[in-house]
Amino acid sequence: MSTRARAEATPAGPPTTFEQLLAAKEIVIACGSGGVGKTTASAAAATMAAVHQGGRVLVLTVDPAKRLANALGLDGLGNAEKQVPAEAFAAAGVTPRGELWAAMLDTKQSWDALVARHAPDRRTAKRILDNKLYGNITGRFVQSHEYIAMERLYEIHATGTYDLIVVDTPPTRNAIDFLEAPDRMADFFSSRLLGLLAAPSRSRILTLASKPFYSVADRILGSQFLSDIAEFFSLFQSMAPGFVERAHAVTRVLHDNRTTFCVVTTLESAPAREGEFFIEALRQKGFHLGALVLNKVLPSYLLDEEASRLADRLMATAPDVAVQLADGLGDAAQVERVLNEVAESFCNYRLVAQREAEQRSELASVPDVVVSVPFFDTDIYDLRGLLRLGELLWA
Amino acid sequence: MTELLDRKLVFVTGKGGVGKSTVAAALALLAAGRGKKTLLCEVDAKGNLADFLETGPTRFDEREVQPRLWAMSMDTEASLRQYLQLQLKVPLFTRIGPLAKMFDFVATAAPGVREIVTVGKFCWEVKQRHYDIVIVDASASGHIIGQLASPQAVNDLVQVGLVRNQTGWMLDILGDPRQTGVVIVATPEEMPVNETIELSRKVKAQTNVDLAAIVVNRVLPELFGRREEEVFERLFDAEEGAGAAATTPLDKALGGEARLLLEAANLAVTLRRTRAAHLERLRADVDAAIPLLYVPYLFVRSHGLRSTRILADALSQELGY
Repeated sequence: MSTRARAEATPAGPPTTFEQLLAAKEIVIACGSGGVGKTTASAAAATMAAVHQGGRVLVLTVDPAKRLANALGLDGLGNAEKQVPAEAFAAAGVTPRGELWAAMLDTKQSWDALVARHAPDRRTAKRILDNKLYGNITGRFVQSHEYIAMERLYEIHATGTYDLIVVDTPPTRNAIDFLEAPDRMADFFSSRLLGLLAAPSRSRILTLASKPFYSVADRILGSQFLSDIAEFFSLFQSMAPGFVERAHAVTRVLHDNRTTFCVVTTLESAPAREGEFFIEALRQKGFHLGALVLNKVLPSYLLDEEASRLADRLMATAPDVAVQLADGLGDAAQVERVLNEVAESFCNYRLVAQREAEQRSELASVPDVVVSVPFFDTDIYDLRGLLRLGELLWA
Repeated sequence: MTELLDRKLVFVTGKGGVGKSTVAAALALLAAGRGKKTLLCEVDAKGNLADFLETGPTRFDEREVQPRLWAMSMDTEASLRQYLQLQLKVPLFTRIGPLAKMFDFVATAAPGVREIVTVGKFCWEVKQRHYDIVIVDASASGHIIGQLASPQAVNDLVQVGLVRNQTGWMLDILGDPRQTGVVIVATPEEMPVNETIELSRKVKAQTNVDLAAIVVNRVLPELFGRREEEVFERLFDAEEGAGAAATTPLDKALGGEARLLLEAANLAVTLRRTRAAHLERLRADVDAAIPLLYVPYLFVRSHGLRSTRILADALSQELGY
């Protein structure tokens, strides 16, 4: 924490702006349902921190979309961290106080590295990597994607290279999957079942519980497949102690007070409900909820009372108004259709804005920091765009 | 190509948040409304279906929630039990608990084992002709391929045994375009369109299931035709040009500041235009033989049965009924 300008943004009491939150924490984990703009928001936040607060800032993403890499002035992103080049900042017209780095999580590579670290020797590591079932685990094993994201975060944090790490989490089937992933990983490797399955079939102690399993499993899956599984589990078991210890360490980092979570959501009903669920899950499990980012929010003028009255009036009087305006604009019938559309469209979007306002009041009661980011009518394709979004987060 | 609702098994998938469950519920309402005995199943039990149909929570045991429409939610343990009993003729275990736990454990590592229990249930319902059509509110894009490809995966991995014997008929049902189809739901936004294009390729390359249709949800209305747009732009420019203080003819005629109304209409036009560009990309990048069904963005207050019915009507029109 040497180079980062912490003091100016660390008042007494909990942070009240996103800026203060970033200054006070070392790890910010963005979560929320898919498609709400998590990745872009994470990148924007990290960019702002690097520009204004200084220090070394890393954005760790799980999104393979090339657009983010390009927006950061990079060809592409991989497991290894890359520094955002000075030219990208120059093109955006800013001189950063610190450095911005970016990396993308590569599940397969990270798993291979993990196996290499925890296997008792290189021969075992190779046997695991070559196992037919291993390829499969990198895709789906006990929420492997969720676990590996947290594991990689832990690993990078432990090197002490970065002052701030902003992580964008994988879209999960279940919002809390990745919070539980380290514990589940530990459970899996500590499980008695692992030992049982790993035992060579001849020496299996057939307990009352396991006997029907094996007899049925043999009939259903065939003994060859079962022995493939047994081999795989026994290889994996050799890594158990390291894995369990590591998974516990990952959990500790997630609970550390230098770590905070940021729930990102839009105000559409489905993502908002998931956001709500997420906030509750974080609270129950004792994680720190730092901020709520409401993204792609419709402009507040849609709720303006005067405008609303005028829209209703226009709806009722469009034919008359059209006649009055027709001279300068064109055909009266055409003008009338335009006015009708204008009025109707306002009322339509007013309804959506009202719905959003309700969602907002239900969501926003819990966290200290709540930020609304308006809907952008253009896609973000460069650092300037990220900074524009970042300024709105900061405010 | 076989009409969507004339198939026996329809998987509805798509990126999270695009309205997959609503579309599945709407298709099911439509099918039931057309006289078909319909089973609607939610795979990831989030309880969305219950909301969209305004019914109580769904369980593994199906229940009639609307005339001819039955709903259930997937439960792999219950499905495994049924699978063992019905398909493999394994005698009923009184102590299925530990077995299920073991199964769970093995399934974490063995590909396709959990998925085949899910997909197997649907194929089973089709095989037994319990329903005219089974509509599955399936997993999101990330997991659907694994599910649809599970019989093949198990087929490749397991050389002998009862499971191996089961995969054949499942593959037959899944691979027959007259019986089975996938529907991808998208919204006209950047990421959902990207994912839909990618998923449509994966369905083709990695599964033997036919892509039946893409439903584009939340299509925004077109406000103006070309001539009207010119009129609107003149109005908008006049208002912008006049500044906040001045009064335009429209302000005068209305007796108030019309600026925000025009601002809102301009936003609506921009939104529609951005989305139209994504739609064009979608049409250009997926096989031209795949029908795109457009359903409108619903400017309604609630998201219950009423909006599901509106969607069903829109789908009905798009399908030419």
